[in-house]
Amino acid sequence: MFTFGDSWYLVLAAIIFAIGAVGLIVRRNPLVMFMCVELMLNAVNLTFVAFGNLLNDVGGQTVVFFVLVVAAAEVVVGLAIIVAIMRRRADANADDLSLLRG
Amino acid sequence: MELIWLIPALPVAGFVLLAALGRRIGEPRAGAIATLAVAGSFVASVAIVFTLAQEPEGSRQITQTLWTWIPADSFQVSFGLLADELSLMMCLFITGVGALIHVYSIGYMKGDPEYARFFTYLNLFVASMLLLVLGDNLILTFLGWEGVGACSYLLISFWFTEPANATAGKKAFVTNRIGDFGYMLGTFLVFVTFGTIDFLQIDAAAPGVSSGTATVIALLFFLAATGKSAQLPLFVWLPDAMAGPTPVSALIHAATMVTSGVFLLTRLSPILEAAGWANDLIAWVGAVTALLAAGAAVAQNDIKKVLAYSTVSQLGFMFIAIGSQNYVGALFHMITHAFFKALLFLGAGAVIYSMAHEQDMRRYGQLRRYLPVTFATMFIGWLAISGIPPFSGFWSKDEILAGSFQVKPAGQLLWVVGIIAAVLTAFYMTRLMIMTFAGGTEKWRTAAPESLPEAPTGSDDHADGAAADHPAPAHGAHDDHHLTPDHTPREPSALMLGPLVVLAAFAAVAGLLNLPFADQLHFLDHWVEPVLEGQSGLPPAAVQWVLALVSIAGASFGVLFSWRVYQRHRVDPAKIEQPVFAHAWYIDDSYAEVVGGPGEAAFQGVADFDHNVVDGAVRGVGGVTVRAGEITRRLQTGFVRSYAFGIGAGALAVVVFAVVRMSL
Repeated sequence: MFTFGDSWYLVLAAIIFAIGAVGLIVRRNPLVMFMCVELMLNAVNLTFVAFGNLLNDVGGQTVVFFVLVVAAAEVVVGLAIIVAIMRRRADANADDLSLLRG
Repeated sequence: MELIWLIPALPVAGFVLLAALGRRIGEPRAGAIATLAVAGSFVASVAIVFTLAQEPEGSRQITQTLWTWIPADSFQVSFGLLADELSLMMCLFITGVGALIHVYSIGYMKGDPEYARFFTYLNLFVASMLLLVLGDNLILTFLGWEGVGACSYLLISFWFTEPANATAGKKAFVTNRIGDFGYMLGTFLVFVTFGTIDFLQIDAAAPGVSSGTATVIALLFFLAATGKSAQLPLFVWLPDAMAGPTPVSALIHAATMVTSGVFLLTRLSPILEAAGWANDLIAWVGAVTALLAAGAAVAQNDIKKVLAYSTVSQLGFMFIAIGSQNYVGALFHMITHAFFKALLFLGAGAVIYSMAHEQDMRRYGQLRRYLPVTFATMFIGWLAISGIPPFSGFWSKDEILAGSFQVKPAGQLLWVVGIIAAVLTAFYMTRLMIMTFAGGTEKWRTAAPESLPEAPTGSDDHADGAAADHPAPAHGAHDDHHLTPDHTPREPSALMLGPLVVLAAFAAVAGLLNLPFADQLHFLDHWVEPVLEGQSGLPPAAVQWVLALVSIAGASFGVLFSWRVYQRHRVDPAKIEQPVFAHAWYIDDSYAEVVGGPGEAAFQGVADFDHNVVDGAVRGVGGVTVRAGEITRRLQTGFVRSYAFGIGAGALAVVVFAVVRMSL
C-alpha cells in the first residue's frame, strides 16, 4: 500500500513556506501579509514534526509548542498594529506606510 | 624690599580704576589719578634705588616671585620681578619722565571728549613698560613687550575717527609684530639651548654656549629690537606714529616703547658677548639707520616728523653703542635722549597747541616772541640734541662715538658715519628752531593754506581741546582747527609749561651722570657695571680728546651751516631738501610698492592655495561622503515588502553558502 514517506511532509512544508514567502512579498494588504507570515511559521512547524518523527526525537514536537506560543504573541501585537492603522486610514496598503524611506 | 611689586602695580591700579569708572570720575580728576599712580610708582622706584645703593656693589639685586604663572611640568614660568641696577635705572626714567608727560597731558587733552580713555591707556602703557623692564624671565618681559605694542596701537589711533590715524595705529602694530616673531623664536631657542628662560640663569649659563647658537639668538632678539626700537628695516611705523596726540609721541619716543629694544639687548649682554659678527651687524644697522633717518629729517616740514626721524636717528646711535659693546654708552644716551626728546616733543606739542593744531613748520615764524618759555626750554633741548657741550646730549653721543672708534674691523668708518649723522642732527634741529621761532610772522599771517603743497604724508593732530583756548564755544567751532591770519599764539597753561621746565633742567645737566674726565665721575658706569658682561673700554684719553673736538666742530658746523641756509638765506633750501630726503629715501614707499604689488599677489596665491588645496581636501572628503550617502539611501525604500525580500534573500544566501561549504 502506498504510504506517505517523510519526504512528502517536507515537500509539503516547503511548498507552504514558498507560498507564504511569495505572498508576503507580493501582496500589499497587511492582513494578507500577516496570514502569509502565519503560513510560513506553520510550514516550519510541519518540518519540525516531520523531523521529530523521522529522527524519533520528541524535541521536534516540543519546539512546535514554543513556536505556537511565540506566534500567538506575535499575532496579538501584529493585529493591534493593523487595527491601529485601519482606524487611521480607509484602506490598508503596506506600501503607503513608507515613512522610513531614505 | 618687598615693595618692588608696587612699581608696576600702581599704574595697573590706575588703569583698572580708570577703565572701570573713568567716565564717572570725569575730566580733571581722571588725569590727576593717572598722574598720581605714575608719580607714586616713581617714588617707589626712588626709595628702592636708595635702599639698594646702600648694599655693597655686586649684591644690589632683588628678585621677588609673586606667583607661579605658567606651571607646566619642567617648564615653569614665574611672575617674578627682577630689580637690579639696570631695571631700576629704567624704572626711574620711565616713571619720572612718564609722570611729567602725564602732568602735561592734563593740560594738553583738556576738553577732549575721550579724556578719561586717554589716561586709561597712558597708565596701561606705563604699566606694560614697567613689566617689560622688571620681568625676571623672557616670557614676562614678552607680556610687557606685547602690552606696549597694544597700547601704542590704542594711543596712536586714539583719534580713530580719522582714517589716517587708524591706519597709522595698525601700521605700528603690524610692523611690531614682525619684530615680535623674532622675539618668540629667540625665546624658543634660548629655552632649547639653556633649558631656562630666567634672565639670571641665562646670564650664568651664557659663557658656555657655542658661538653659532649665541649669534642666532642675538640676531633673533635684534630683529625684535628693530621692531620696537625703530631700526632698519622696521623703522617705518615710527614716523607715522605721529598721528597720535603729542604727549603720546613723547611717551613713545622718550620714556617707553623705543627704549625697550635697547634695554632687551643690554639685558642679554652675556649672550651678545659670545655672538661674534652679530655685534658688527647691530652696530652697522644702527649706523646706517642713524645716517638715513638724519637725512630724512632734513627735509620734513611737519614739526613732529622732524622729531620722529630724529628719534630713529638717535636710536641708531644707541645701537652703534650696543654693537660696539659699549652698553653704558647706550644706556647713557638712552637717558639723556629720554630727557631732551621728551622735552622737544612736549615743546613741539606746546607750539602745535598754541598754533591751532597746525603742524607745518612753514607756517610758523617768530614764535619766540609769543612763546618765550617754550622757546627757552626748547632752546636747551636743541643744544642738547645737537651735541653742544656742556649739555647732556654731547656727553652721551661722544661716549658712543668714542666707543665705536675702536671697534675692531672698520671702527673708524663707523665713527665717520656717526659724525656725519651728528652733523646732520645739528643741521636739522637748527632748521627746526629757526623755522619755528625765528623769521617773520607773515608765514601764517598771509599764506593761505591752499598755497602750500601738502606734506608727503600729513598726519592731522587735532583735538577739540584746541577750542578751549579760544572764546568760541568748545564744540562745533571748526574754524579753530585752522590757522587764521588774525591768530595770536598764546603760551599754554602752567600744567604744560611745568614739565617743560623740569625736563629742560634735566636735559641740561644729565651729562653729569657719566662725565668722562675722571674715573670717580663715571657714576652710571659704576652703577650698571655688575649687570653687564663684555663691556669694552674706551680709547685712551688723548684720542678721546681729539674725537670730542672733532665732534664739537662737526656740531658747530651743522648749526652754522643751517643758520646760513635758513636765517641768512645764503643757500637755497630747495637744494638741500631734496625729494629723496622728504620721502625718507623712498623706503616706506618701496615697502608699500612691494607689499602692495608682488607681495599682495604672493599672499593672494597662498590664500588661494589654502582655499583650493587645503580647504579643498577637507571639502572633498565631505563631498564624497555626501554623494556616497545619496547613493546608498536609495536602499532604504520604506517598503516593508522589500525589506522582507531582503531578509529572505539574505537567509537564502546564508543557506546556499553553508550548503556549498559543506559539500566542498
